[in-house]
Amino acid sequence: MSDSAAKPRPQFRNISVPQILSYRLPLAGKVSILHRVSGALLFLCLPLVILPLFAMSVASEAGFAAMATVLANPVVKLVLLVLLWGYLHHFCAGIRYLVLDLHIGLEKASAQKSAGVVLGVSLALTVVFGLKLFGAW
Amino acid sequence: MASTQNIGSKRLVVGAHYGWKDFLAQRMTAVILVVYTVVLLAGLLAMPAFTYENWKALFSFTVIGLPLGQILATLAFMSLAWHAWIGVRDIWMDYVKPAGIRLLLQVLTILWLVGSVVYFAQILWRL
Repeated sequence: MSDSAAKPRPQFRNISVPQILSYRLPLAGKVSILHRVSGALLFLCLPLVILPLFAMSVASEAGFAAMATVLANPVVKLVLLVLLWGYLHHFCAGIRYLVLDLHIGLEKASAQKSAGVVLGVSLALTVVFGLKLFGAW
Repeated sequence: MASTQNIGSKRLVVGAHYGWKDFLAQRMTAVILVVYTVVLLAGLLAMPAFTYENWKALFSFTVIGLPLGQILATLAFMSLAWHAWIGVRDIWMDYVKPAGIRLLLQVLTILWLVGSVVYFAQILWRL
């Protein structure tokens, strides 16, 4: 026990805030940090935005009808669009991680490729659902 | 594997399984959430018209008197809370080093999530 206690554990320092923007990440790294950011965003918005809207939409016929008025607000639309991207990115990146956990696609080239697919597919789906949200179809 | 474990005076003695249970729970709750997302999406696509009654039924449908819609939604939401707890706790462990602040944030996270579960249950089981 004393032997292991004497051995210093490796320390990894976080990069400082001004360094974040100039820090160059590979595609998989971008997917990874966005997975974390989108998860945190969904966590924070869950009882603040998502559940109140859900409550309103299911509680009554009048509440369901009033959703149209709430959704007409461009700020609400924008918040929902961001949350929509958050969910879709977290969903797609999460499936990629589950597949990687099965030791599929671990090689550098295929991991890079699947990271690009995750970014692309989640953004494309956000555009599709976003167009629906903004009433394009 | 066993041959690389340096059992003896040089062995680092720590507890076991600290991360494994959480790792597995995070993956399993993720799979449950993927399945529930697909179920909801299928329900939305199968909907004849997007009306209040149909939307409500997505979360409150019954099968032979059993409130299956509510049970599935409750199970999915509890998976969500568990999943979020592991993820957010990992964020605090990665970025917040002082033990006191980290503990405070972890307690607030639990309150935030348990509050969300109660809020969701209250909305859902009134239907």
